[in-house]
Amino acid sequence: MATTTPVLPATTAAPRPKNVAGRVRQRLNTRAATVVSILIAVLWTVPTFGLFISSLRPEDAIKTTGWWTFFSEPKLTLDNYNEVLFGQSASSGQLANYFVNSLVITIPSVLFPVAFAAMAAYALSWIKFRGREWIYVGIFALQIVPLQMALVPLLSFFSRGVSLGGITLMPAWQLDDEQKFIQVWFAHTCFALPFAVFLLHNFVSQLPSELMEAARVDGASHAKIFRTIVLPLITPALASLTIFQFLWVWNDLLVALIFAGGGDETAPLTVRLAELAGTRGNEWQRLTSGAFVSIVIPLIVFLSLQRYFVRGLLTGSVKG
Amino acid sequence: MDFADISPKLTVLVYGLVAFAVVVGGLLLLLDVVPTYFARRRERQLIAVAAGDAPAPPSGRPRKPREFGYAIFFLLPVVVLLLIGLVVPVIRTLLLSLRNGDNSAWVGLDNYGWMFSNDDILNVLWNSLLWVVLVPLVATSVGLLYAVMVDRARFEAVAKSLIFLPMAISFVGASIIWRFVYAYRGEDLDQIGLLNQIVVWLGGTPQQWLLESPLNTLLLIVVMVWIQAGFAMVILSAAIKAIPGDIIEAARLDGVTAWQMFWRITLPSIRPALIVVIVAITVATMKIFDIVRTMTNGNYDTNVIALEMYNQAFRYQETGQGSALAVFLFLLVIPIVVFQIRNLRRQREG
Repeated sequence: MATTTPVLPATTAAPRPKNVAGRVRQRLNTRAATVVSILIAVLWTVPTFGLFISSLRPEDAIKTTGWWTFFSEPKLTLDNYNEVLFGQSASSGQLANYFVNSLVITIPSVLFPVAFAAMAAYALSWIKFRGREWIYVGIFALQIVPLQMALVPLLSFFSRGVSLGGITLMPAWQLDDEQKFIQVWFAHTCFALPFAVFLLHNFVSQLPSELMEAARVDGASHAKIFRTIVLPLITPALASLTIFQFLWVWNDLLVALIFAGGGDETAPLTVRLAELAGTRGNEWQRLTSGAFVSIVIPLIVFLSLQRYFVRGLLTGSVKG
Repeated sequence: MDFADISPKLTVLVYGLVAFAVVVGGLLLLLDVVPTYFARRRERQLIAVAAGDAPAPPSGRPRKPREFGYAIFFLLPVVVLLLIGLVVPVIRTLLLSLRNGDNSAWVGLDNYGWMFSNDDILNVLWNSLLWVVLVPLVATSVGLLYAVMVDRARFEAVAKSLIFLPMAISFVGASIIWRFVYAYRGEDLDQIGLLNQIVVWLGGTPQQWLLESPLNTLLLIVVMVWIQAGFAMVILSAAIKAIPGDIIEAARLDGVTAWQMFWRITLPSIRPALIVVIVAITVATMKIFDIVRTMTNGNYDTNVIALEMYNQAFRYQETGQGSALAVFLFLLVIPIVVFQIRNLRRQREG
């Protein structure tokens, strides 16, 4: 290691020190920085790692000894996962059910806002009409509204409908059991739109105008330009937004608590885990494996698509 | 789990996907077919005119209204959903905050008076203040230091990924991870929580960390810092890499120390990114809910605004008081965001 030249990122363009002392100092510098940053990175990962190791240990081992003793007396089992996912008793997690709920909630809650926001971003960037700026500013401003401002009225919109001065404008939706998924999708879609439109507008409005004009001259309709020119060009932006929205919905607790309820028909993993943590806070064999079940999918998505996620972060700003 | 349990769910999912295909596909098809039809008709008329057996179609038809028509359809879903899901609810929440618990009478500003006179709620506001001061400060500092350090390190990508990883974990998952770190067992037993074990190794006695106020709030703040530091690090690291190389080179030639380099070159250059990070973390921290709910459920003096809002509105059915808390949260966010927008604008002009 000591004989190789330090690898510096090309962009920092550090000048190679002329004398030997300078070069040695720089190398030491690099090495110290490397050691400290790896130490901190490991420290940052220890809590998650401890959880993962524990989830694979037998119940009595988790409850009586620390996970670090695993290295002196390793004992591995998948029983916790089997129990927490498929166990029949009410006290086990039955997480497989909730896992399906999380999936059913997440897929439409990602598709709808991404598609709607892409269409809106196109209209706000490339269709000329009066009031365009105002609509964009309005949508942009909605980003700052905290979810809490919308929860009570939106829930009553679903459960009681809309009436004005005694006249019913819209009856209650009366959704029960599995149908409650619909109101969760609806809520997630609404709450995601301001940020989604903002993020995609940043990309769509940057597309070269010659491209659009050429297509218009060729007689392409807006729908055709949108489908065949805009969508393929903004795929990276769509990918970032999809990852954002996926992580947001999959990891959400508040919206799910209010709109999905706590029943096993609709509640997602986060709601179930929070419930287990509240009522069975010392059943670590279930909590550790359960927590890992809930984080494994986002971790895979995140690690494999990190590039898009970071790019999205750098262009987006505040999420409402 | 058997198939009988999940089949109704999958049915609803299929309905959802069909609805998606119909709505999005339908809109695009409509927007595609209708203009094409008109274009064809116009073309046919033009050909007919050219052949000389039909009157000329009215030329120079105004284009603007048609463009507006397209825009309406492209914007329709977003505008309708935002009106139903955000705009109208915000107005209704503002009104609800002026009404009593079961929404039957106007009470003026009583709900706001209650907020600032009730000791429990004042305690909640203090806790929230502690969160909002500490989390952005600590998370941004840690992220910044790490970004500076890792810039010169090897294995940069791997180290950054590890710090960034908690961003992918839900607040609920993170809370369970950290509850396990803070877990407590009696003094004469083996500890299973890492923090207590470290205390024991150092010769101390294990503590019930989450029961002692105000230490417990600080320990919950650690969880949020653990999550947000990675976010700060990624944005700031990108900003540091974007500092022009010749500035750094010029400073090096002038013989500045690493300390001077950081305060005089790095920090001023990344100021805009720093503001974005601090604002984003502040806003996220104000709305913190999941961590407190999962770790202590707001007990032992750890409650915060967003959790109290949830409790008032959805557990105690006090929609007036819950709405007042939500409005207060909103009012807190506004100045921060205005500050950020002004900053961005100045930056764009300058």
